[in-house]
Amino acid sequence: MACIEARGLRKAYGTTVALGGIDLRVEEGRILGLIGPNGAGKTTALNAIVGLTPYQGELNVLGRDPWTERDQLMRDVCFIADAAVLPRWIRVSQALDYVAGVHPRFDRAKAEGFLAKTTIRRGSRVRELSKGMVTQLHLALVMAIDARLLVLDEPTLGLDILYRKQFYDSLLNGYLDRNRTIVVATHQVEEVQHVLTDLMFIERGRIVFDRSMEEIESRYREVTVHPEKVAAARALKPMHERQVLGRSILLFDGVDGHQLAGLGDVRTPSIADLFVAVMGDKPDNQAGQAQGAAR
Amino acid sequence: MNTRSNAMPEFPGDTQASAPAVISATRRMYWSVRRELWENRSLYLAPLAVAALILVASLIGTIHLPAKLSDPALDPMQQQELIEQPYTFAALLLMFTTLVVGVFYCVDALQGERRDRSILFWKSLPVSDLTTVLAKASIPFVVLPLVTFAVTVVTQGIMLLLGSARLLGSGQSATLWTNVSLFQMSGMLLYHLVAVHSLWWAPLWGWLLLVSAWARRAAFLWATLPLLAIGILEKIAFNTSHFAALLGSRFLGGPEGAASSGKGMSMASLTPAPGQFLASPGFWIGLAFAAACLAAAVRLRRYREPV
Repeated sequence: MACIEARGLRKAYGTTVALGGIDLRVEEGRILGLIGPNGAGKTTALNAIVGLTPYQGELNVLGRDPWTERDQLMRDVCFIADAAVLPRWIRVSQALDYVAGVHPRFDRAKAEGFLAKTTIRRGSRVRELSKGMVTQLHLALVMAIDARLLVLDEPTLGLDILYRKQFYDSLLNGYLDRNRTIVVATHQVEEVQHVLTDLMFIERGRIVFDRSMEEIESRYREVTVHPEKVAAARALKPMHERQVLGRSILLFDGVDGHQLAGLGDVRTPSIADLFVAVMGDKPDNQAGQAQGAAR
Repeated sequence: MNTRSNAMPEFPGDTQASAPAVISATRRMYWSVRRELWENRSLYLAPLAVAALILVASLIGTIHLPAKLSDPALDPMQQQELIEQPYTFAALLLMFTTLVVGVFYCVDALQGERRDRSILFWKSLPVSDLTTVLAKASIPFVVLPLVTFAVTVVTQGIMLLLGSARLLGSGQSATLWTNVSLFQMSGMLLYHLVAVHSLWWAPLWGWLLLVSAWARRAAFLWATLPLLAIGILEKIAFNTSHFAALLGSRFLGGPEGAASSGKGMSMASLTPAPGQFLASPGFWIGLAFAAACLAAAVRLRRYREPV
């Protein structure tokens, strides 16, 4: 069964088109990474999925229309917007009380167990916690909810590298035990690399790339070409070429591995390299490319 | 940084899905109202602080009480007025306090959560916009009148005890107790709070919550300036002041013909009888206006994003 199904999903703010009629299908149990430059429409798409924003077109999440049935949908869906949405005045104990009070699938003991592994005190207010601790708290609340879909929008924004790494580690550990679907939008590409089962690039409100990780591993090859074989390699029509330390690195789509082996060192490209190859062709996308590669 | 402080929560190994418990609408409402009290502690701290000040003032006032009561020039009517006055003033001051607290609460209620982006957290939980707006509306309609009532009755009780203690032995404490009927005062106060603060001022609360849900910033100005503008434009265009009179009668008087029937500042003179309320079309129109405002606020909250 599809967990999320969208057809012609469109959203415009005035004359600015945030989503230009996208089709999307996420099967249950997948971990989808939604990657794109700032302003590509990632947040708009996620907000539509969790019922925060009205949209045109068809959208079905766990069999419900998110816009008209947000409160029922949220029994099965968890959403982390970004690090700073927990109200600053709330105490840790109050946050636990409140979620336990309104959420039928919240397991308080589980959340308490998560928090016991951190240095967060029950009596602290959110404003007294560091950014990383706030994220730990939010994740503890969300992970204690027995949800079917977890939607994460830039969950590690502004966190230092230790917290970022551990965030995705716990996400993955949690995922291995359960059959839940996760959609994560980020531009910190390399961190999600090993977590994902599916990858989607979004740019200016359109999906420009949509593959499963297995497909990517079997289809895409990156070759650091021996200088004397560059011409031969180029003849195989690489989708992208870049220069690193004077050597040409070519990215191929669907070219036989044996053919490539003779040309140089062959490996599976990283998501970041793939991102640059897919998005970098367009000259007006330079800013987004630089950002995607830098992160 | 040690590893302990960095540990992110991890799932335990169990995979069995527990049957989801059902949470009733009442329980969601209860926690939503508690949430408001956590966030806005001034809702009860401000009246408590004012009550403490009243008690200090009344303690000083009781020093001269025996002298005042034994003034032979007083007839019983004047004596009753003299004795009752501090109790009425205490109630009026506390009601004024919670009115101000209520206005500031409502102006911020639906805007604050957008300003600090916490609306994204609240909306990620299975609580409908209707429940949220009703929980917020229950503060000026139900919670503040109850807080006012409880704090006022306790304050007046303590004032009475202070007065009695001062008069102890002078043989005058009986005069105090016959002139101050706590029970009657409390009944009148409760009726006043329900009739005036909740119901007669309902359009005020509805309007403020609506503006709070709508305005991106400066909700207080949006709540007040348009009303001022309408009054001024009406004066320029038609040289009349019906709108100003409407607002004036709403907030300074009661329904038509009800105001200033009593003498002096007593709770009874400030509160029209139930019949006057129920017979007044303005009362019902006000309630309908408040309901419309709240319905619009629910709808707006659904569309609103962080500002």
